Amino acid sequence: MKLDRLGALLSVVGAAALMFLPFVLFKSNRIMPGEPRALGELLPLWASLGCAATLIAVAAVALAVADARLRLAAALAGLIVVALAAAAAGDVLTPLGNKVVRVAPGGAFWVLLVALGLMASDAITRLRPGPALRVLLLVLFVAACVAVLVHGTFDNLSVMREYAVNAGRFAREVRRHVALALGSLAAAVIVALPLGILCHRIPRIRAGILATLNLIQTIPSIALFGILMAPLGALAAAVPLAAELGIRGIGAAPAAVALFLYSLLPIVANTVAGLKRVSPAVVEAARGMGMTDRQVLTRVELALALPVILTGIRIVLVQNIGLVAVAALIGGGGLGTFIFQGIGQTAIDLVLLGAIPTVALAFSAAVLLDALVEVMDRVRQ
Amino acid sequence: MISIENLTKRYGTSTVVDSVCMTIERNSITVIVGTSGSGKSTLLRMINRLVEPTGGRVLIDGRDTASEPAHLLRRRIGYAIQGHGLFPHRTVAENIATVPRLLAWDEARIRARVGELLTIFQLDPASFAHKFPHQLSGGQQQRVGVARALAAEPEVLLMDEPYGALDPIIRAKAQDDLLDIQRRFGTTIVLVTHDIDEAFRLGDRVAVMSHGRVLQYDRPAVLLTHPADSLVSRMTGIADRAMRLLSLTTAGEAVQPGVADGTTVAESATLRDVLSELLWSGASAATVVDAEGRPRGCVTVSAILARGRPD
Repeated sequence: MKLDRLGALLSVVGAAALMFLPFVLFKSNRIMPGEPRALGELLPLWASLGCAATLIAVAAVALAVADARLRLAAALAGLIVVALAAAAAGDVLTPLGNKVVRVAPGGAFWVLLVALGLMASDAITRLRPGPALRVLLLVLFVAACVAVLVHGTFDNLSVMREYAVNAGRFAREVRRHVALALGSLAAAVIVALPLGILCHRIPRIRAGILATLNLIQTIPSIALFGILMAPLGALAAAVPLAAELGIRGIGAAPAAVALFLYSLLPIVANTVAGLKRVSPAVVEAARGMGMTDRQVLTRVELALALPVILTGIRIVLVQNIGLVAVAALIGGGGLGTFIFQGIGQTAIDLVLLGAIPTVALAFSAAVLLDALVEVMDRVRQ
Repeated sequence: MISIENLTKRYGTSTVVDSVCMTIERNSITVIVGTSGSGKSTLLRMINRLVEPTGGRVLIDGRDTASEPAHLLRRRIGYAIQGHGLFPHRTVAENIATVPRLLAWDEARIRARVGELLTIFQLDPASFAHKFPHQLSGGQQQRVGVARALAAEPEVLLMDEPYGALDPIIRAKAQDDLLDIQRRFGTTIVLVTHDIDEAFRLGDRVAVMSHGRVLQYDRPAVLLTHPADSLVSRMTGIADRAMRLLSLTTAGEAVQPGVADGTTVAESATLRDVLSELLWSGASAATVVDAEGRPRGCVTVSAILARGRPD
């Protein structure tokens, strides 16, 4: 029997985490340091044994079973058990009606979550699901998460406590976050697509434009936000209309401009690469049959370059969702607001309230656009 | 009829096509042959204005091609190129429907035309219409490329090295198909090649080009028997010019009354093939039969030999 290497690594890491790290941390209020609590001292004996038995079974599957479907089922079962154990620990440690104590998932919980998540994604990769199935899996996963969150299963865990306090703001900041990421992407597509076509048509300007965009890409995001504060502030002061439109040295305007600038390079570069891959014979035939220049561009060149251009858009969207979090530093809003507030108050639970949805958004965007690229590329070699 | 008048193309100081004059008859195949860099492709591409001439003009049925927008002109002229240039993101049927769609034919007419062309090119519509180009063999891709060029029933078809990428057996088949298609539709075909055998096999008239000029433009037999200069005779081949001349005449054209015993040949066979057959069998004459196998007369070795000499 062959031992699965990834399975072995994940099993060892998971076991070590359970042995040496706390499963949950108990805090008497949100900014107190946590006291570590192990699973065994919180749950009734039957539940602890059940958890242990399940995790041992999952480790056995990870080590020795090659069937990807079984591995996926085991990983999901493990995730459910770990999540329910954390929820149960929260319920046990929280006195009825007490809104002050905090029960935060500990190191062991997070390590197990990552290990089981890796096992699940590895199993999905081995199954080679088509794009439609991958999107379906994503939708099911998101729906399951939303269902348990709405049901209140995790209400006694610290992150959900922070959510309960910030519920109104949370929805607003998520919308802001998505709007900033998508808006700057849309603006970048409108500018970068023609720029990419121009670079393809006129090789003389290609090197200059790509070098300039490359340079922008190398400026650290915080520095770029800072650089933009001065000119936008001056613009707002000089042009009252601009100020009325919300353009200021701080806030959403510099954030949107910076994200837009970061978005240009991947889209321009991929547009050039995509157009370059179109065979000259195909373009020649299209012209020879009487397509106008515009028809050749839209029906042949861009149609054939689309999968590569979409790959660029995917890079930008995932990158933007991450960068919007940093934009909160200059008042751009979005989920980063919770992260920086949490850092300021040393309230790690608040940081997680911003960080977890940001990761989830980026992950979902990547899965959706990957599927779209694959559908577009399917008919070609 | 296509009239090419003093057509010239210059790039900077180099003249690629130098005041070419040609008259191309309707319903014929004209082959432009030349080495690479002779300007033959540029000459062809000036007919549908993929290359805009520096000087001179092209008339199709008396109408100056410069008198309408280039893309509208090109929709009336078929165009097939080496490596087929099929759209990889569109099915075979969609590829063939390209020009009819540009001309806004109604869907029923497009469907009927696509089916007709696929059948003519021996591609079963049921199994090929919805395939993508990369799922076809090289020969099939080439056939779809020509079918696409013919889709909108053009009166003129331009072909630029259409068989350059095919292996010899498939190429010979494709050439036979082209002759059939030309007879069926009566299309005026202008074809560019560097292969002199292809030129002689397909061309009613052949233009030999070098350094941007047409050295000679005539029937293949005249190019062999009365070459305009030494370059033409070298390009048409000196060592085997007698055999080439024989390959331009069929047994049916050279038939004389009488019967021969033993060897029979088809009337569509070239005299070159008949001579080879007679050498092999040791006979001095062969009976010529028509497609149904009825004897039509005979050809003799001495008559064939007489036709292998310039008169």
